[in-house]
Amino acid sequence: MRPSDVAAVDSALRDHDYLPDPALATVVFLALRLDRPLLLEGEAGVGKTEVAKVLSRWTGGELIRLQCHEGIDVAQAVYEWDYARQLLHLRTLEAAGRAGSEVDLYDRRFLVRRPLLRALEAVPGPRPVLLIDEIDRADDEFEAFLLEILSEWTVTVPELGPVRAVEPPVVVLTSNRTRDVHDALKRRCLYHWIDHPEPERELEIVRRRAPGADGELARQVIAVIGTLRALDLYKSPGVAETIAWAEAVAALGARNLDPETIDATLGVVVKYREDQERVRALGLDAIAAGVDR
Amino acid sequence: MTASPITAGSGVAIAVELARAVRTAGVPVSVDRTVLLAEALAAIGLTDRERVFAAGRSVCCSGPDEFAAYAAGFAAVFGTEVIAGHPIAVPPRIVVTDSGDDASENESGNAVGPSATLRWSRAEVLRELDFAAYTAEELAEARWLMARMRPVGATRRSRRLTRSARVGRHPDLRATARRALRTGGEAVHPIHRRRSVRPRRIVLLLDVSGSMEPYARVYVRFLQAAVSGRAGVEAFVFGTRLTRITRELAGHDPDGAVVAASRRVVDWSGGTRLGEGMRRFNDEWGVRGLARGAVVVIVSDGWDRGDPERLGSEMARLHRVAHRIVWVNPLKATEGYAPTAQGMAAALPYCDHFVEGHNLDALDRVIVALGD
Repeated sequence: MRPSDVAAVDSALRDHDYLPDPALATVVFLALRLDRPLLLEGEAGVGKTEVAKVLSRWTGGELIRLQCHEGIDVAQAVYEWDYARQLLHLRTLEAAGRAGSEVDLYDRRFLVRRPLLRALEAVPGPRPVLLIDEIDRADDEFEAFLLEILSEWTVTVPELGPVRAVEPPVVVLTSNRTRDVHDALKRRCLYHWIDHPEPERELEIVRRRAPGADGELARQVIAVIGTLRALDLYKSPGVAETIAWAEAVAALGARNLDPETIDATLGVVVKYREDQERVRALGLDAIAAGVDR
Repeated sequence: MTASPITAGSGVAIAVELARAVRTAGVPVSVDRTVLLAEALAAIGLTDRERVFAAGRSVCCSGPDEFAAYAAGFAAVFGTEVIAGHPIAVPPRIVVTDSGDDASENESGNAVGPSATLRWSRAEVLRELDFAAYTAEELAEARWLMARMRPVGATRRSRRLTRSARVGRHPDLRATARRALRTGGEAVHPIHRRRSVRPRRIVLLLDVSGSMEPYARVYVRFLQAAVSGRAGVEAFVFGTRLTRITRELAGHDPDGAVVAASRRVVDWSGGTRLGEGMRRFNDEWGVRGLARGAVVVIVSDGWDRGDPERLGSEMARLHRVAHRIVWVNPLKATEGYAPTAQGMAAALPYCDHFVEGHNLDALDRVIVALGD
């Protein structure tokens, strides 16, 4: 899918329940148009991963997710051989009185495809959406390897030869900035920092994503979240927490965010003991009273 | 969104001009980025300033710390009207203080001894320390430190597996299957892998407030030796702000690296707010992951004019994620010194090692402490 203009991207994302900030729509448009990977950074819970999911829902391309972690290697990211089947195959040949050879062993049917290989192998239909999540958790060496794939759209399986994408997949990388992603990789990507949404947009997001909470409750949740963010907590609640809170309160059957309800559900939004103490010290009554009914 | 058309002229010329202006404003925009910028502008057109702004930023910047400089460069080409809500880089405020009235700025609650090295100033003094070229002896020392740093550091078990001669818990099926070719599919020689051992990350935090001034030069050199001597070392300095100088210190030219780093730091010899500095480090880097499982080395005399409780709680946060905390205090060797400065006293319960660091021998002991 290569959209014709930015407005088309903006409305498509909205249609699929993602409300982008204006800059994000532009950057997503460019990523799709220029076949560039999109590197997203931002605080936890602002919807970085969600961008890849909504792109998949919109374009119909399969969402292929690669969760990065320390020590991730080719066997987990690109491909592996199905060793048990290979060994069985060799035994079968042996039993039939024939000698096995490398060619038999490294046949495509023994290949286990991992996310990166799957994203590059052509399938009919829309191009897949490759989500490379939390790239900052992987090692440097893996990043360098990734850079090669993201610029050449080719991986080489030594026993089979190169696999080249007919059409590059849509690639979204996310990072939590626990360390610097290499410049070379950043240069390859379009960069966007996702900020916390402004209150009106957040309200709209909650209405769409937590339909169980009625309009009034959603408004109160946003108001209290605003108070909490102003408290300078260790971990300010993100949009993900806002949505979860609205859902939690609605699930309890509460119509209003009164002090008791806040007390019972505070753990959904504030997840550090120190932060909880801070909020309680301020007084749940005072916080609830800040919401005009 | 504003819809005023920007200018006539070809997209390529505008891309080149914007790239140049952004570069001048301080964001390194390489030539391949300029090409991408031209492609991007061609794709979105030049009719909507907001979009041009967003597109240019996604191409030119690679972190939020570059956004303000980018906005300044953008404004130089397209004017300032566009960027409502986007911060524009403001030239740093230069504060000239008379060091003589430092004493008069002491707050009543903070009793200070008479020693000349224990002064502080309330104002953030924006100036560059005089990091003159290394002398021959200093270069030799730097090389020695780098060499000493190379093999240093506590280790941790990695998730990465390496080939092992011994039978272990992780069979290497790939190698075993290949080997089995020779034996007709019978895995006669199973091959194993085991967890490898990697050095832990080392995070160095250097206090560059006024009272640390006599030590700043030598410790920046220590940081430089550490960063370039071994992989996985991160360096920060803090006084009234927190500045990451890892990138500046990397490389093999100690002279150039130290000059580059000192240029980056604007709060040399300013006030001391240890708690605030630690909080910024925890929020922006440490607790997010940089200090997780790492050996954290804090070089500071422990003089804090902020709230000592704040420093205590930030040290507690750091302690929960770090592998070890080593506190290097250049004053510790001073005769009669006891860690009674409020900041130091609050921090001490969370330090695994408390070492002196007033000369090269002491630095060597720091290096030894890193290995524990």
